[in-house]
Amino acid sequence: MADVALRKVVKRYDDVEAVRGIDLDIADHEFIVLVGPSGCGKSTTLRMIAGLEDISDGDIMIGGDVVNDVPPKDRDIAMVFQNYALYPHMTVAENMSFGLRLKHYPKAEIKARVTEAARLLDITDLIDRKPKQLSGGQRQRVAMGRAIVRNPKVFLFDEPLSNLDAKLRVQMRIEIKKVHQKVRTTTVYVTHDQVEAMTLADRVVVMNKGKIEQIGTPNELYHKPATRFVAGFIGSPAMNFIPCRLEDVGGTLQIRLTDRIAFALPPARAARYNALPRTEKLLLGIRPEHLTESHAHHGPGVESFDTVLDVTEPMGMETLVYFGLDGTPVCGRVDPNAGATDGAPMRLAMDLNNMHLLNEATGVVL
Amino acid sequence: MADVALQPDRVGAAQPARKRSSLQKALKRKSTAAFLMTLPLIILIALLVLYPAFYSLHLATLNKSMQRFVGLGNFEFLFKRDTFWLVVKQSCIFAITAVFFKALIGFIVAHFVHNIPAKGQRKWRGMLLVPWVIPPAMSTLAWLWLFDPSYSAFNYTLSFFGIGPIPWTGDAAWARFSVILVNVWYGAPFFMIMYLASLKSVPDQLYEAAAIDGANWWQRIWYVTLPMMRNIIAITTLFSLIVTFANFDIVRILTAGGPLDHTHIFATWAFRIGIEGSDIPLGASVSLFMVPILAVAAIFILRDVNKRGNEA
Repeated sequence: MADVALRKVVKRYDDVEAVRGIDLDIADHEFIVLVGPSGCGKSTTLRMIAGLEDISDGDIMIGGDVVNDVPPKDRDIAMVFQNYALYPHMTVAENMSFGLRLKHYPKAEIKARVTEAARLLDITDLIDRKPKQLSGGQRQRVAMGRAIVRNPKVFLFDEPLSNLDAKLRVQMRIEIKKVHQKVRTTTVYVTHDQVEAMTLADRVVVMNKGKIEQIGTPNELYHKPATRFVAGFIGSPAMNFIPCRLEDVGGTLQIRLTDRIAFALPPARAARYNALPRTEKLLLGIRPEHLTESHAHHGPGVESFDTVLDVTEPMGMETLVYFGLDGTPVCGRVDPNAGATDGAPMRLAMDLNNMHLLNEATGVVL
Repeated sequence: MADVALQPDRVGAAQPARKRSSLQKALKRKSTAAFLMTLPLIILIALLVLYPAFYSLHLATLNKSMQRFVGLGNFEFLFKRDTFWLVVKQSCIFAITAVFFKALIGFIVAHFVHNIPAKGQRKWRGMLLVPWVIPPAMSTLAWLWLFDPSYSAFNYTLSFFGIGPIPWTGDAAWARFSVILVNVWYGAPFFMIMYLASLKSVPDQLYEAAAIDGANWWQRIWYVTLPMMRNIIAITTLFSLIVTFANFDIVRILTAGGPLDHTHIFATWAFRIGIEGSDIPLGASVSLFMVPILAVAAIFILRDVNKRGNEA
């Protein structure tokens, strides 16, 4: 068990900077998820922590010690790979005990640790099988078992669930969470799936183009994104971004979306945005769940407007509705019984208490 | 698919003309069609493999003038001759030593090539394959000149270090060394390319997992590379063992079996007796003697491959 720290870590490949100066502090026992689109540098960062990639600049510390030049085997870490990387010629037990056997642990202790890990992961029956005789989910468990028996300072997961089908992925996600609750080892987990990130992490690190966009708890990222990238990346369906501008009408601050549609801002929001120049090009960020069917009585800050739906997607517990505002595609989430149909007009309500305002040029959330 | 489609046909034609329908059925059966389609290949194999094999069996049972059937007389005669046992011993030494070093060098070179960045790798691969693509009869001639006792490059170079002159092909021990050396030089690239292909198929993540598990480079080779390459190693070794055992051209050109038969192997000795000594039945007997030796090796190695075939 140990904390992990990254200080201005850089990774350069010839003339490409894959990771551009990352600072990150991971506390002991913490479950950190690095998330971002492919090519954002999250896997490279993980591999640098593992020691599988050299770092071009900066420092990586595990348990307070700088490990820049320490080979992977001496970093006391364990890694779970996307394609499991089980040794095909060894049985499950041999796979799990390989690291311990190389370190010449006593036989009895190896057996005890493997048995314990197998019990924890519910793979006791599979212990004498070869990887080929296992399903994807079972292999993933064995790969985790191999990490657990080593009792390392840090667990590293490199997209461990990407090769599983959707149903199994949800199941294994819960397994991983359970294991972490029992073992409490510091964990760094890489994924491109924001749902995985949100559900597993104590804190999520959103990466983009080799840099950290934002670090925060899942709720912080969802409700208080710092940039357009984070706002758009976290949440599904993604947040809508609608070009808009501020105007003063009769002493109240209004937000104008189209020639036709303008809403008065709720007082708290008006106070927050009042100092902004009225000429600035802005984006209204609003999540689909804050665009719902209109009711007769709305609370303060919820404004109704009429539109014509392009497409509807019934999801069962809700219906997604797609429409355009001056050519900008917008998605809303309405009750399945609200009568939304393709091509039909509908009255929708926008909850401005949950709106975000972004600078269009810089992408910063204001 | 085909079987299902044929069923109505079978029902309709079943009753009236029983004999004809069964012939039709036989012709329409999948296995019959498969047999007919492979027939050209079967004929070709029969002509080029089975006929010579049985003909040499037949030859081995004749006397020198090929007039009289002598049964196993040729083998009895061979077993009593010291030269025959010398050839058996030399063939085994030659094949096993050469295959071992070809495999070892091939394995090491394959690792080097594997670690060259992809950009330059093709060039090296191509160059390292050269010994294997030159006809051995030609390259062995070059080696023959290199080994020449009085004018050769080897002895000339060694003379600067006060060594030599070495009788490369004149002394029994050196001559054995030389033929093995040339055979290794010629055959190692084959191992290199096979092992390289096999190395490339080992997922990188296995090595990364092993590195994290604490394996050093030697343990990575022992616990990851070798087990992953086992089948390729077994098949390549078997194949090379057969080819090396039956080698003819290198020994023939380099030493012609000399000095005093000390580098003869089965093929060259069979040629010496059968063609040069005009005793074709005895030559055939010598070459037939390779079959049981290689068969035993093949059974052992292939049994192992089958056992592990489904593992990875």
